[in-house]
Amino acid sequence: MSTLTVVTLLFGYHTSTSSEPVTSVLAAPAGGASSANGAASGSTVTGPSVSTRWGPVRVQLTVANGTITGVTVVDYPTENGKDRAINARAVPILVQETLDAQSADIDMVSGATVTSEGYLESLQAALDQAGL
Amino acid sequence: MSTLAGERTARYVAHVMGMPISLALRGRHAADDDARAAWTDVMAVLRDVDVVFSTYRADSFVSRLGRGEVSPADCPPEVQEVLALGKAAERESGGAFSVRRGRPGGPVELDPSGVVKGWAAERAAEPLRTLPGTDFCLSAGGDLVCRTLDPDGPPWRIGIEDPRNLRRLIAVVPLHTGGVATSGGAHRGAHVVDARTGRAPSGIASVTVMATSLTDADIDATAAYAQGAAAATWLQTRPGRTGLVVWSDGSTTSVPGVTPGSAVAAAGGRSSPFHPR
Repeated sequence: MSTLTVVTLLFGYHTSTSSEPVTSVLAAPAGGASSANGAASGSTVTGPSVSTRWGPVRVQLTVANGTITGVTVVDYPTENGKDRAINARAVPILVQETLDAQSADIDMVSGATVTSEGYLESLQAALDQAGL
Repeated sequence: MSTLAGERTARYVAHVMGMPISLALRGRHAADDDARAAWTDVMAVLRDVDVVFSTYRADSFVSRLGRGEVSPADCPPEVQEVLALGKAAERESGGAFSVRRGRPGGPVELDPSGVVKGWAAERAAEPLRTLPGTDFCLSAGGDLVCRTLDPDGPPWRIGIEDPRNLRRLIAVVPLHTGGVATSGGAHRGAHVVDARTGRAPSGIASVTVMATSLTDADIDATAAYAQGAAAATWLQTRPGRTGLVVWSDGSTTSVPGVTPGSAVAAAGGRSSPFHPR
């Protein structure tokens, strides 16, 4: 199996002084090295603290059987609990190998307008059904 | 890795305005009579909005307004509120966003749905705010409004759909409290147009915006998407917003947002080449 890599393009835009986007690359163990018991639990990899202009950001991955089962931001670029509760600092975590809904441990899906006709085929429907 | 260990998230689904409404509740009133009563109230708000604002109903106030049969003063105050939001968005987006627009050569029609969806979901969440000790995440067709009472508690984990593969996610956003909206052509085809040209923007697949209010997030997602190649640079100038732009070639631009009073970030947004290509 290939090594799993998640690129967090937290503030991944080009600046006028650098041609490289500010990125953090976390390399998890290859799939074979992860827990093979098939349970929801798995090995956890915590990335380096990435310095941003707003403060440190640290991302934690959970990997089971070569699949990323969870992505958690453990350190936010905020100074207090109030800031952290406000979405203005919410950080989108890009996943280089896109995840399916079941393996991503998510609560809801945001996407371009889902119609009632298209709902049954949507990821949100899969989440709703799993939770009902 | 679940959000609240040992605490079940209760889910509710219904349909209104031609779109699915999904609710997730966790905490004290996640699955009791209070929760069900609040959910009933949520849907009642959305049905009321539909009666007034639907462009699919010939007898709605908005349809009659579009035909010139009534004036804004004849409509419920909510109509004037939505039209004012649309007017502000038009001004702030340089005209890319407008509730009055048409295809090239076609008639200009009144369609405030670019404002109504997020605004309606924000209103519909009000009954949920009265549930003590309860966190909620309400989705109206892929646009979400969330609340987490404990700032140190687990956030809601929002998956952002990959516009090029709708069965996959391209990003995850941990969000405690606020709104998330995504605009794009993925499900309905090219229904968002640049109001200045009447044409669908090119080179862009989707825009996701996070803001304190879903009303703001939804308007800005549509306004940014309508601007095509300028989406990320424009979004960067918007106070209190963060976002993610997915381009047609699959590349992405994260928009970290301008915090109020942060002139440095705003200046950086203007001078930096955001477009990754």
